[in-house]
Amino acid sequence: MQNETLLEVSNLKTHFGSDTGFVTAVDGISFHVEEGEILGVVGESGCGKSVTAESILRLHDEKFNTMYEGEIKYKGENLLKLPLSKMENIRGNEISMIFQDPMSSLNPVYTIGNQITEALLLHQDISKKEAHNKAIELLELVGIPSPEKRITEYPHELSGGMQQRVMIAIGLACQPSLLIADEPTTALDVTIQAQILDIMLRLNKELKMGVIFITHDLGVVAEICDRVAVMYLGQIVEEARTIDLFEQPLHPYTSGLLESIPKMDGDRSKKLNVVKGSVPSLDSIPQGCRFASRCPFADELCLKEMPELRPFKDEEGSKVRCWHAEKILNERKKEHVSTD
Amino acid sequence: MLSYIMKRILSAIPVLLVVSIVIFLIIHITPGNPASVILGEEATPEQIAELEESLGLNLPIHQQYFSWIAGVFQGDLGTSYFMKAPVTESIANSIVPTISLAIFAQIIALLIAIPIGVLAANKRGSFADSSMMVFALLGMSIPSFLLALLLVLLFGVQLGWLPVAGFRPLSEGLLIHLQYLILPAISLGAIQAALIARMTRSSILEVLNMNYIKSARAKGVKNFSLILKHAFRNALLPILTVVGQTFGTLITGAVVVETVFNIPGIGQLVINSIERRDFAVIQGVVLFITVLYIFLNLIIDILYGMIDPRVRLDRK
Repeated sequence: MQNETLLEVSNLKTHFGSDTGFVTAVDGISFHVEEGEILGVVGESGCGKSVTAESILRLHDEKFNTMYEGEIKYKGENLLKLPLSKMENIRGNEISMIFQDPMSSLNPVYTIGNQITEALLLHQDISKKEAHNKAIELLELVGIPSPEKRITEYPHELSGGMQQRVMIAIGLACQPSLLIADEPTTALDVTIQAQILDIMLRLNKELKMGVIFITHDLGVVAEICDRVAVMYLGQIVEEARTIDLFEQPLHPYTSGLLESIPKMDGDRSKKLNVVKGSVPSLDSIPQGCRFASRCPFADELCLKEMPELRPFKDEEGSKVRCWHAEKILNERKKEHVSTD
Repeated sequence: MLSYIMKRILSAIPVLLVVSIVIFLIIHITPGNPASVILGEEATPEQIAELEESLGLNLPIHQQYFSWIAGVFQGDLGTSYFMKAPVTESIANSIVPTISLAIFAQIIALLIAIPIGVLAANKRGSFADSSMMVFALLGMSIPSFLLALLLVLLFGVQLGWLPVAGFRPLSEGLLIHLQYLILPAISLGAIQAALIARMTRSSILEVLNMNYIKSARAKGVKNFSLILKHAFRNALLPILTVVGQTFGTLITGAVVVETVFNIPGIGQLVINSIERRDFAVIQGVVLFITVLYIFLNLIIDILYGMIDPRVRLDRK
């Protein structure tokens, strides 16, 4: 069954004004999310994952220091062209977002009940009483015990895991069609992480909600995502179905990321592979391929000209931004044969 | 809550003792003798010595202190050398106009400053923002006596809308009371307003960078309630601190404005007492103002708890 496309981002650019001029944090990103699909967005810190997510909801202040370019089509409507008041109706209602750090994402001076019902009252024509009852239901849904009592508590009276559940409850309050989760489990310990992922996965199936899951944890991606986009320095460098990406990474950066995961059955005496160097800063973006300075395969072409994100012919739906993807893949296959 | 207040009051006692010693020493070290001031320039050394003895000024300084502080603990601040009346009575008489003036000045300051601060923060970086902040800087820089004189010149003399000076107690009616107070209150509150406006602006701007503002925006909260509901209450704590700290300076700052407008408040009492070297009154007033400061701080701390649940004192 072919699912409908929910969100289609094309050539999105987000520029921030700074003292030294504009920096482009997100540089020409295109991707799409289908109904009921979970799209993973991975990459190192500082490569523009969060900015991309926040740009979809236009959370950066355009009047102040931000400029968006390109198109973000949600159910056929370009969000970047909408007046702010319309945008406010979409936020939290059609598209909602869960943030990285639950401890600081809830307003400390209002009860969690107040913060959940606020989302309901903003977007739905219901009474305060109804909103209150619904908030209790939502807390139950995300697995908070004795919600009637919890609803009157303040964020600081809850643990981190509970706070993130409250954030999810707020995010789901109006049954959005698209949920953007920006590293929702990074600040939580592993058991809580599993529970939160479980809740999100369940709701994704039950409500047919599209999810953009931003993370730097490839393990989580393998577990829950249908497709993955790998970001590097404000660009997507590879996009593929999760299974393909893990079996056959096309971009040297992706293979670098995969190799840097410690393995249970790995050789302990061998050093863990890491991607050498660090992400260059946004105001000193290299000409040519942005990954070239850290890439073991880089040649003159890579240093001079930036490759486009192009479909990879052997793999349906896969896209890669690399001049030498085929060559690298062949070499690796040969290597495998010779070692086997 | 009650036990917290009791604790705070008890912990204020050492502070008051230290203040009392310091003020007592400073006054007795400064040159000038109340007896010679009272008796005038013609007085003979014998007359002065006689008066000193009757006032207890010839005793060693620690004895003087102990007899004074013993009285203070019983609520007796001593007797004015000059007016021959209990110090508590003169303070009680002069404090009413000063408190009235300070509260009115504070209200005016808040009414002007908070909206300006909020607006400036909302329009940060714009022309409106910078002009409001320049205005605030001006308000902070202008001395209150100068502003007082300019206001009198414009509204009192030129336009004739408001009385030039004087004071009418509240018992004569609220309207007439305020009519006499409005110019002094504006001149006294201007610095205050400027300070609070700047604090409000920076405090709100700081809060606007917080994650919970971003998540509220992602929820679909409109800009208006984002600032008034989500940001303002969080921004209130530093604003409240400024208000609390400076309300005390309003009372002390009233000295100048009271002189300009000829208001019989605590300021005039202090100035007159210093001229007369009326030690008992000076000590009494300073001690009284210290108590007022401590009391204000306590109120501010209680307000903190009402605004921010994290500092609430009596939850479980």
